[in-house]
Amino acid sequence: MKSLGNIRRAFAPWTDPDAKPYITFRNVTKRFGDFTAVDDLTLNIYHREFFALLGASGCGKSTLLRMLAGFERPTSGEIILDGQDIAGIPPYKRPVNMMFQSYALFPHMSVESNIGFGLRQDGMPKNEIAERVAQMLKLVKLEKFAKRKPHQLSGGQRQRVALARSLAKRPKVLLLDEPLGALDKKLREETQFELMDLQQELGLTFVVVTHDQEEAMTMADRIAVMSHGKVIQVATPAEIYEAPNSRFVADFIGDVNILDGKVSASGNGKIELAVAEGFTIRTATGSTPATGSAAGFAIRPEKLKVTRAAPADASVNAAQGEIWDIGYLGDMTVFYVKLDSGKVVKASMLNAQREVEDPIAYDEKVWVSFGETAGVVLKD
Amino acid sequence: MNTWSRFNIASVVLGFSFLYLPIVLLVVFSFNESKLVTVWAGFSTKWYVSLFHNQGLMDAAWVTIRVALISATAATALGTMAALALTRYTRFRGRLLFSGMVYAPLVMPEVITGLSLLLLFVAIGFDRGFVTVMLAHITFSMCFVTVVVQSRLLSFDRSVEEAALDLGATPVRTFLEVTLPIIAPAVLSGWMLALTLSLDDLVISSFTSGPGATTLPMKIYSQVRLGVTPEINAACTLLIGFVAIGVIIASVMTKRREVQRQRDEQAAFAGR
Repeated sequence: MKSLGNIRRAFAPWTDPDAKPYITFRNVTKRFGDFTAVDDLTLNIYHREFFALLGASGCGKSTLLRMLAGFERPTSGEIILDGQDIAGIPPYKRPVNMMFQSYALFPHMSVESNIGFGLRQDGMPKNEIAERVAQMLKLVKLEKFAKRKPHQLSGGQRQRVALARSLAKRPKVLLLDEPLGALDKKLREETQFELMDLQQELGLTFVVVTHDQEEAMTMADRIAVMSHGKVIQVATPAEIYEAPNSRFVADFIGDVNILDGKVSASGNGKIELAVAEGFTIRTATGSTPATGSAAGFAIRPEKLKVTRAAPADASVNAAQGEIWDIGYLGDMTVFYVKLDSGKVVKASMLNAQREVEDPIAYDEKVWVSFGETAGVVLKD
Repeated sequence: MNTWSRFNIASVVLGFSFLYLPIVLLVVFSFNESKLVTVWAGFSTKWYVSLFHNQGLMDAAWVTIRVALISATAATALGTMAALALTRYTRFRGRLLFSGMVYAPLVMPEVITGLSLLLLFVAIGFDRGFVTVMLAHITFSMCFVTVVVQSRLLSFDRSVEEAALDLGATPVRTFLEVTLPIIAPAVLSGWMLALTLSLDDLVISSFTSGPGATTLPMKIYSQVRLGVTPEINAACTLLIGFVAIGVIIASVMTKRREVQRQRDEQAAFAGR
């Protein structure tokens, strides 16, 4: 069976029509004065899901998270958590905890008091608190730092204290606001996998807000791409990348070439698209607009093949052009090919071999080709 | 550039003598043997002894200390509350008017503050004395506390409070366990400021005090009108001593904390 991307997930409750969502936003709107931060949004998140809200700043993703935490009240609509409408419940009575972007550690308390803070608020007996705190310190590998104050820790250590503190109360849902934003690249990559392991191990529902698509793609089971207070697409990372439902999503996630054209034939799940670049694309994927309507065709750079000779198979889509620019990135090489129409498309090729016989050079005439399932048709 | 040129030395000497010569004179003459303030007749501490037997001065000192402690504490509580309201509720109706009104006493001439308080107490038939002085001191020192605390709150990371709420602390507990400890240094320096303002206030105290509630500055002022005695010099020297010790302790503590903090941070990044 074919599936999108080279990853198969065993966990996919969103495909099961009988599965009950754990968190539901139903027609939620949030306005600040004249500004609409979240606009009539409906969204389901399932138990034990690692869910990412992805979008540019100001798209409403943080407001959504803050409404889940209880710091903002929706202007209208309802938020249901585990069968209960939580819109009117103050933050200190909600079974969710949040890890803040700035970590928001209490500067006057030691690491262990920070972690135990929430437990003390619940009136947990002292010995149980000590036990739980020790457990949490072990989980984030900070046993040696229990007595330190936050300012005596490095950035990565502070991040782990914040994580331990938000997990100490064993919340039903953990909210993470740009959890890795303040870390450097290497530490960020390590921590991504630590977070994923932790989520698996504890069996919790994670909702993470991020503007970093790589982070969202790596960690999340599903991603909601947001823009201007609305969810544009909710899908697995592979679906978002390989089958974007709109120009916005195709353009927002990763690199993409978009060719505009008109549908010249449609039927049997296949489409012929006459693009402005002067050739016809035959494709079997994406949406199927009616013959005669305008549509875009999105194709990722790595799906394009750059060759000197025209492809032998006539059923393959191909266009001729000239090498405009070449970028060597180490792991891959990016070719910018100027098609005869003047449009420049981007094609990237993995450098699987160290040595290449007679590589393609600047200003050479080349063919750009792709198969009929390599790209998707976008509705306008 | 960083050398002791003659010009630099001259400006330092001039500046410091301008500031401290009067005080040095006062301190020196407090140890004078002679009763005449301007004639040096040898070293003696007898005026300090007689100071402690001067019941009038001692009573005034006691009144001053009590007024200062109570009014500084009350002004700190009120001023902190005003600062919280002004920084937290940035959108309430009349905020601009309210913040302007809080700062007004800062620039209001003391004579006017004193006179208006006097008129108020007379109008409502409030007998002037200890309580009226105290109320007056709270009134004028509160805005100073507000300014100090407000500047701290402006740089306060609200997400720390949100984290406390998120972890189950009620708003009241959040304030007591998180907000207050973090802004405590600012609250304390506001309190110290209010305390010193109250200690040395003469004008407003004169307007609002009544029989039996003479503060030390009032007492000193009235005695000086009858001629300066070395006893007054001794009293002032003690006052200077107290203030100087307070300032030194405060600055040493701040400095030490700063150094410790820097060392900790370096250790954290170097040692992991």
